[in-house]
Amino acid sequence: MPQYYRPTTRADALAALAEAGERGRPLVGGTDLLVGLRHHTLEPELLVDLKGVTDLPEPIAVTEDGVRIGATYTLGELVAHPVVQEWYPALVEAALTVGSVAIRNRASLVANSCNASPAADTAPPLLVHGARVTIASLHGDRTASLDEFFLGPRRTLCGPGELVTRIDLPRPAPGSGSAFRRLTRRRGVDLATVSVAAGVGADGWLVLGMGAVGPRPLRAESPGPVELTDAAALDGALDQLLAVATPISDVRGSREYRLATLRVLAARAVLAAADRRNPREMAS
Amino acid sequence: MTTSDHLVDDALQTVTLTVNGSERTVAVPAHRTLLDGLRDEVGLPGTKSCCAEGECGACTVLLDGKAVNSCLVLCVEAEGHEVTTVEGLSADGLTDLQEEFLNAGAVQCGFCIPGQVVAAEYLLRTNPSPDEAEIREALSGNLCRCAGYQRIVRAVQATAERRGAAR
Repeated sequence: MPQYYRPTTRADALAALAEAGERGRPLVGGTDLLVGLRHHTLEPELLVDLKGVTDLPEPIAVTEDGVRIGATYTLGELVAHPVVQEWYPALVEAALTVGSVAIRNRASLVANSCNASPAADTAPPLLVHGARVTIASLHGDRTASLDEFFLGPRRTLCGPGELVTRIDLPRPAPGSGSAFRRLTRRRGVDLATVSVAAGVGADGWLVLGMGAVGPRPLRAESPGPVELTDAAALDGALDQLLAVATPISDVRGSREYRLATLRVLAARAVLAAADRRNPREMAS
Repeated sequence: MTTSDHLVDDALQTVTLTVNGSERTVAVPAHRTLLDGLRDEVGLPGTKSCCAEGECGACTVLLDGKAVNSCLVLCVEAEGHEVTTVEGLSADGLTDLQEEFLNAGAVQCGFCIPGQVVAAEYLLRTNPSPDEAEIREALSGNLCRCAGYQRIVRAVQATAERRGAAR
């Protein structure tokens, strides 16, 4: 059974995690961790609760260049933030599909990324929005793109003795749009069978984030602008972008079903994202 | 680790929290959930234990005013925080929301109802005039095996109207 430690400083948290090594786990929302403890799929000897740490990055900071989100910022807070809603609509759509209201009131965006489920709902939009993570240890801070950060199922660059202290999201380019689409068996409290986030640039440049179709959340970018009003052109672009997907068959869907629905959802996400470009023009 | 006073192991840890307005002190192992602490240590069995993994919502309580699954919170995490259980929604008798659950015939076997009521109370406090879609979304984490969803939604709508009329 684990010990529980609630440090008040980042230095104490990092020291405790460094000492515990593989046997230590940071705790924020606990919405995955406690399930793992109950089923003994996770058996840490030390839980380091970060919610009492006073010198971690602030929960959210908005600048001209983007948004920084701290380790303790919950999905419930995220979806209610007006700047996040305006700049990162795909992320808000995705976060709103996570669990339920009660789960989102506890679950943290940063911890959701660290958990590195291949089906994590917030991962595809974070990949689309170009998220970077800051990883802290006793030896200092380093940063990585989220695409580099995800190594495999439940595996990330954040190793023993380390903490992800924040996620940085650059401000989307002017005239771009984003959207998220997901397939589940039921509306509330289920994991994605397939999920896709799309970003569309002003010129038709495409980026996709994909969940539950590979060992980790996947990102793919078009080599150039795509003429979205040309169905054949979009089809060809999707052929290339979706080629990275290697879904498996499991209780939520077969490999074939996932590949078929991925394509449909990706096309819908791209068109929805394209519609969100230049919202001022559309409103007039 | 420098502050060993916050470090506990299998030995019991003393946790002081506010439950339904009263300060309570319980002694629990670190892995004990808030759900089990409330039921077994504080002696408030209204909060129900069902899936114990955040799927069903039967254990919903308010933690510092926010709806959470108490099965996914460690009791030690609640140190210094305020918890409201279904027993604490009113000082005496039923709340208007609970009355409307009865009026609507929303209570069948009743097992999910404490969680439904706490989740619905949280919705109405944060959004006093929810539409049907908002009610269904707010309660999507609360499963009812009797499938009494229509009447549960109606009870929440009736409460919102009743509170709106009283304002």
